[in-house]
Amino acid sequence: MTDQQGTENPSTKRGLSYGERRKQRIDELAAASVDETPGVSLYASAWRRLRRNPVFLIGAGITVLFVILAVISPWLAPWDPAATPLLDKVRPQSNPIPGPEPGHPLGGDDRGRDLLSRLLVGSQQTLIVGVMATLFGLVGGITLGTLAGALGGWVDSVIMRMVDVLLSIPSLLLAISIAALAQKPSQWTVIIAIAVIQVPIFARLLRGSLLGQRVSDHVLAARALGVKRGAIVFRHMLPNALGPVIVQATLVLATAIIDAAALSFLGVGNSDDRRPEWGQMLARAQPFIYDHPHLAIYPAACIITVALGFTLMGESLREALDPKSRR
Amino acid sequence: MTTNDPLLSVRDLRVTFTRHGEEPFKAVDGVSFDVHAGQTLGLVGESGCGKSVTSLALMGLLPARGNHVEGEVIHEGTDLLKLSSSEMRDRRGRDIAMIFQDPLSSLNPVVPIGIQVTEVMERHRDLSRKEAMPKARELLERVGIPDPNARLKNYPHQLSGGMRQRALIAMSLACAPRLLIADEPTTALDVTIQAQILALLKELVEDTGTALIMITHDLGVVAGLCDEVNVLYAGRIVERGDRHRLFAHSAHPYTNGLLGSIPRLEAPRGERLTSIPGSVADNLPWTSSCAFAPRCPRVLDRCREETPVWEEHPATGLRCHNPAEVSHG
Amino acid sequence: MLRFIIRRLIQMVGVVLVLSFLLFMWLRSLPGGPVSAILGERATESRRQALEAALGLDQPIFVQYLKFLQRAIQGDFGISTQVLPGTDALEIFLMRLPATLELSFFAMLIAIPLGIPLGYFAARRRGSALDNTSIVVSLLGVAVPVFFTAFLLKYFFAIKWPIFPVSGRQSADVDATRVTGFFVLDGILTREWDAAWDAFMHLVLPSIALATIPFAIIFRITRASVLDVLDEDYVRTAEAKGLTLRVIRSRHVLRNAMLPVTTIIGLQVGLLLGGAVLTETVFSFPGIGQALAEAFRDKDYAVLQVLIMAAAAIFVLVNLLVDISYALIDPRVRAR
Repeated sequence: MTDQQGTENPSTKRGLSYGERRKQRIDELAAASVDETPGVSLYASAWRRLRRNPVFLIGAGITVLFVILAVISPWLAPWDPAATPLLDKVRPQSNPIPGPEPGHPLGGDDRGRDLLSRLLVGSQQTLIVGVMATLFGLVGGITLGTLAGALGGWVDSVIMRMVDVLLSIPSLLLAISIAALAQKPSQWTVIIAIAVIQVPIFARLLRGSLLGQRVSDHVLAARALGVKRGAIVFRHMLPNALGPVIVQATLVLATAIIDAAALSFLGVGNSDDRRPEWGQMLARAQPFIYDHPHLAIYPAACIITVALGFTLMGESLREALDPKSRR
Repeated sequence: MTTNDPLLSVRDLRVTFTRHGEEPFKAVDGVSFDVHAGQTLGLVGESGCGKSVTSLALMGLLPARGNHVEGEVIHEGTDLLKLSSSEMRDRRGRDIAMIFQDPLSSLNPVVPIGIQVTEVMERHRDLSRKEAMPKARELLERVGIPDPNARLKNYPHQLSGGMRQRALIAMSLACAPRLLIADEPTTALDVTIQAQILALLKELVEDTGTALIMITHDLGVVAGLCDEVNVLYAGRIVERGDRHRLFAHSAHPYTNGLLGSIPRLEAPRGERLTSIPGSVADNLPWTSSCAFAPRCPRVLDRCREETPVWEEHPATGLRCHNPAEVSHG
Repeated sequence: MLRFIIRRLIQMVGVVLVLSFLLFMWLRSLPGGPVSAILGERATESRRQALEAALGLDQPIFVQYLKFLQRAIQGDFGISTQVLPGTDALEIFLMRLPATLELSFFAMLIAIPLGIPLGYFAARRRGSALDNTSIVVSLLGVAVPVFFTAFLLKYFFAIKWPIFPVSGRQSADVDATRVTGFFVLDGILTREWDAAWDAFMHLVLPSIALATIPFAIIFRITRASVLDVLDEDYVRTAEAKGLTLRVIRSRHVLRNAMLPVTTIIGLQVGLLLGGAVLTETVFSFPGIGQALAEAFRDKDYAVLQVLIMAAAAIFVLVNLLVDISYALIDPRVRAR
């Protein structure tokens, strides 16, 4: 590195207290050792590259559209998704699924409800299920992972042993087992089951990240300066560890939506489907798939598109934040 | 046995790196030197001055994309830069060989050492593995690895750092190339091992008459080993000289700075270590000025406005507007 | 080397114990309690009481757990109530296992020879059309839910254009002798070529559906691994030696790049089991996946218990085998 005379320490000029000066120096130290280019943080340089990456742009575009849709869909949809305007057209034998007609561009489903409206509003429930499952998984995983990574020792061993075992069970089977415990399966069953699958993933990720941080230069420096353990964890280790967690969360969201669909397909979830959800719609379309495949294809296409969007975004985020793939 | 024609003649070599959306970067900006048979040439400079890139360009080992190479590299009458990649592939290992900085990462971790040596001979000498193995054993012995028979079957992680570098040297000399390029071969090693490896290189080079290009940032390495020294700065050679002469009297301010910053045992106590202020990031472009000007203690106005021209004197060369001969004790 | 295996075995035992404990707790948490779980809703009172005693429900948890382990080792998981009423749950598992094994085998037969070469060439030609297309295809493989892929395949190639059979393992009108339980193999062994062919045709669509996820992962890992290795210093050394491209690619690039890939392949087993549940349901393929879905849907807890435990056990075993084989191929691991 360069000059000794360098930049003056502004805190000495402003006459801050000793404790605050120490904290400021620690923060600068921590920031400096994580920087790769002077003055440009990891996140900022990643963002610059992402802005130009078509994969990321497509993924983020889809994601944003999806979220917007989920929010405004009740106002966008021409019909109430629970209403049955086409009920009189439904003939179980000859015409179980009413076809498209004016006012119903996609036709109806087997209960006479407008398909388009259900698709639009379905985005809401699908998003909620995915987000909640991921959120719970995130919270659980971060808690466990932080405990394990920060405390170390036997706490770490016990927690990680459980996590490893949970990870060793194929995720769908684990989800089914959790779902089986429910007295009355509902949408919450799906959410919890999927959250449980995600917890070990996040726990492992966070713990690994924290462990790597523990021996990194900026943390060692902080410890050498006598910073208290709690402060180290929360101000220096967690912010750096969160990066990969965020990336993982985006990817996990994609699988959460797909797994939710799979669980619905297997029979978990709401029997009351007045509030539409794509996975559920897909499952309900099974009996009609031979003659009316569109009933399954529409929700499936929506699921696939959204999952793809999250995946593309997550993957490009991961590549952008990965120091190794810098060229 | 020096003939008058140089073994390798580098003429105005330029390597420009292009990165998407950024300014092209001239890593090597007009480097010229000759290497004669049996001669040891040093390329010295700080990190980022272009010395490694020069060697990679000579060998044709730069990545396929992202860079542009110009100039001439004449080896035994042929311009290496104009060869196809398969023609260059024939020459590498056979006529010119190279060893790199980190011996652990430079060795394939899942292939035994013996095979990593014999594969060079299998390739260039058309030997079978069986025929090549005894020769590999000899080579390992020659570079000072004890118990070579056992070592042939060992994997790289089972050897110590010094032994790995010796093994790499053995691999490079397996087909008796006439030119060996060593890119910071001792930087990753312990100090005591460094000395051993350098001694080994010196001995081998003298015994076999191989020419050696030694690339390093460490002047200590150059002092004991090289006949001729080239000092690089920001992609151009700024001073050249015979080793004795250069170490006794250097002329370029950068060289002076490098030599001056070596701590000396007999210096008076309390004397401060001198360093060269600034860093390579402060450079000015060579095209319109002297790149070293921002850091130079002898800078003139002229240095910022006019590029210094290479001046060839007998046994030395210099690129400076305001040189000063400094005697080093 | 031996020490390594023994250490791993001990670890495996630990994992199995933790798993079994989790399973035990799970069993007790099922709706209606473990007795209803095992015997079903309509069991007679005397049978209930007998089971209660056998389970030791009045005794401390630890004793219950021991009894549970004891029963598990003896293979007593209860009697199926819905899937195949009256049959021992373990027997159902054993009956259905070969079908899923055969299906998984063919799925991997598709995923590996497709995934590895594609991953390798995509890495070598990074940024090319081949690379980008393959990446998109593999992303789709993950993004499209398995059961939907299964449906698409079934709809297009079994219904719309009836090239392949719609469901099952073997057509009803084919007379086949059973030897191993692997129908294609059986047909070959007994030289009943029509039976073998018929079984094979039934496997095509489900195998393709099942293969999509492992393919996507194998492709991605191979590609990433090759890219990593291409950047390694020892590849540069090999180039500096002037070795032929063929030697560099095989001895230096591939041999190193394949290390993580082999681990991944072993781990695919877990994903296959999950995918099998969905695929077998769509194609009414009588394997353990379909049994699991049925058991779950119909609340046949005895069968559910067996299958989940078996799945976890298989996964643990495969992990162990993969670990050991990795030690065999990577000399750096052997040293430890």
